[in-house]
Amino acid sequence: MRTIRTLALALVLAVAAFPASATLSVFACEPEWGSLARELGGDGVSVYSATTALQDPHRIEARPSLIARMRSADLLVCSGSELEIGWLPLLVTQSGNSRIRLGSPGYFEASQYVLKLEVPKIIDRSLGDIHPGGNPHIHTDPRNITRVAQALEERMMQLDPANAQTYHSRGESFRERWRAAIARWERQAVPLKGVPLVVYHKDFAYFINWAGMREVGSLEPKPGIPPTPAHLADLVDQMKRAPAKVIVYSPYNSPQAAEFLSGRVSIPAVMVPFTVGGTEKAKDLFGLFDDTIDRLLGAVK
Amino acid sequence: MALAVAAAVGLPCAARAQSQEEIRALREEVKQLGKRVDEAEQAAIQSSSRPTTENALNPAVSLILNGIYSNLSQDPAGFRIDGFVPTGGEVGPGVRGLSLGESELALSSNIDHNFRGTGIFSVSPEDGISVEEAYIQTLSLSNGFTVKAGRFFSSLGYQNQVHAHAWDFTDAPLPSKVFLGDQRSDDGIQLKWVAPTPIYFDLGVEVGRGRSFPSGPEGGRDKNGFGSGVVFTHVGGDFGTGTAWQVGLSHLRTSPQDRAYDDVDSAGTPVTNTFSGDSRLWVVDGILKWAPNFNPTDTYFKLQGEFFRRRENGDLVFDTAGDTTGGTQTGGYSSTQSGWYLQGVYQFIPMWRIGYRYDRVSAGSTSNGLVDSGALTAADFPILAAHNPTRNTVMIDWSPSEFSRVRLQAARDNSRADVTDNQVFLQYIVSLGAHGAHKF
Repeated sequence: MRTIRTLALALVLAVAAFPASATLSVFACEPEWGSLARELGGDGVSVYSATTALQDPHRIEARPSLIARMRSADLLVCSGSELEIGWLPLLVTQSGNSRIRLGSPGYFEASQYVLKLEVPKIIDRSLGDIHPGGNPHIHTDPRNITRVAQALEERMMQLDPANAQTYHSRGESFRERWRAAIARWERQAVPLKGVPLVVYHKDFAYFINWAGMREVGSLEPKPGIPPTPAHLADLVDQMKRAPAKVIVYSPYNSPQAAEFLSGRVSIPAVMVPFTVGGTEKAKDLFGLFDDTIDRLLGAVK
Repeated sequence: MALAVAAAVGLPCAARAQSQEEIRALREEVKQLGKRVDEAEQAAIQSSSRPTTENALNPAVSLILNGIYSNLSQDPAGFRIDGFVPTGGEVGPGVRGLSLGESELALSSNIDHNFRGTGIFSVSPEDGISVEEAYIQTLSLSNGFTVKAGRFFSSLGYQNQVHAHAWDFTDAPLPSKVFLGDQRSDDGIQLKWVAPTPIYFDLGVEVGRGRSFPSGPEGGRDKNGFGSGVVFTHVGGDFGTGTAWQVGLSHLRTSPQDRAYDDVDSAGTPVTNTFSGDSRLWVVDGILKWAPNFNPTDTYFKLQGEFFRRRENGDLVFDTAGDTTGGTQTGGYSSTQSGWYLQGVYQFIPMWRIGYRYDRVSAGSTSNGLVDSGALTAADFPILAAHNPTRNTVMIDWSPSEFSRVRLQAARDNSRADVTDNQVFLQYIVSLGAHGAHKF
């Protein structure tokens, strides 16, 4: 017992042995928010993205490496709306970092700043893995990025007042360029208006809404439930009656189901980057929308 | 939005505008319009949030249900793990045929800005309700510290902290059964510190009442202070872009007093023996998870293993009731015993997993003063007779969603020295309510 008491004492004395770093350390749950934080903070912030475009943000393991990163974070930037419910709460409690817990200024949920789509009227698990707060994949609408950028800029200024001017001017410059880009994308996306499409998961709803496309089916029978042969057979029948123009899936989805349907009904299947890093060209947020629109236009033509 | 409106409304009008004044007025109008659109959107965002009711502050509730069909070639009533002191825990394979497993009700919520509370209650079809875990945890300590107080699963090895519904096999590994009585929880306090390093590193210490095996007696000793202590540490990280690992080392020290177990003597009379002394347990655990690009949706592989080593030193009292030899007899007792298991689980297509587990425990070296002195014979301690139990287990399970799982498991269990038990389990496990988060 004595050794245990000695160890406990040693542990208590180890407090604050490591000094806090000077730069704002950002833990982004998804790559799009990592990219946005980099736009706003530049070299003044260190950004760690917990996931990549090749991972399903619903299904992330609370790995030790993520806990270690969260331990030192000053700011947590996540989508929210229960997207990360299977792993984020665990990381926050296990990290022992009170700066980024719910309610602290270091806790930032992007979905709180935008109008959410598909807020379910009926909440029941038999409908699949639904999000009571609404669809959490808000970043696929470029207008939402503007709103989140504004809110994130203010949050970063609050957390790091010494560099507030930098965040503000970088934020203004970003929003300026983003506005111009949206105007360009709106023109480019005109041919997508009214185009019927089949998605893999409901992760593209905000883009569809922005571009005025029409979702006519999904490869998943219910949100979060992988495609089943029976459901794919139904989709084949449906496509024969009323064909969609394109089948869309994300880099983290297995392409098999999309390719199967595409082969059976001769509708092109297109992988869109979904988030930053999803394709070669989607290097940042601008590239993400450039490439998404390019790929869709290419398929619809 | 405002720009689009300006483009649509402003430009054609400007062409017709006769004076700068008119353009300015129009611009102002567009600006106002934009402002109103923004305000309307803000209002919509506000109202799209969840309704606030008194109920909204209820804790997150989840209920785990499970049922099982067991086919056992040996009578489960005679189950024992030979060579090891029985733990008093529920280590047997359960009853034959169809049965309802333990249901688990979990409630958790932030209490205020300082604490989070969790209560997990196990409802057994026979014994009613028991408190599996009930603890509070700090939220507001910083610098990587968390304190937990109440009843919780000890941080001893890897699987001990995982709730049974999240295990990859129907039952606990043999070393968990013999060294921890299936799963060890204690009433106590835990202090944990996570280091601010890019590689995960934690250190922790627990002090507790010592209410369950290997402490004793059952329920804990009648004394002030602590009945058991645990120290633990973990290191973990990633290899490349698909493999995550963690290794841990933990140590339990406790001094059981009159820790009782039942046996039969050489004449076949049931006796109760007790042990008093020191018990020290070391556990080394390791876990490795691989998924392509850390995306476990389609396939993943999980390798998990633990090694246990226990030393006990003290006195053994034979037949506390004193029925058989006209009085109790006491002698020195010491043992060094170990055990390990290694298991792999592979999700080969979405929803389907297969797994294999090998476990082995070694009775090791024991010295029993009562036998050495000739007062009694080894036949008076049949359950302590040296035996190295082993078990081979295979399983396949199907999880149509994150909330349900059906598992078929088959095992060949040599826990009993004289017979082999062939066990088949068909089990369902479902979770209702709040979406729980699972530990790594």
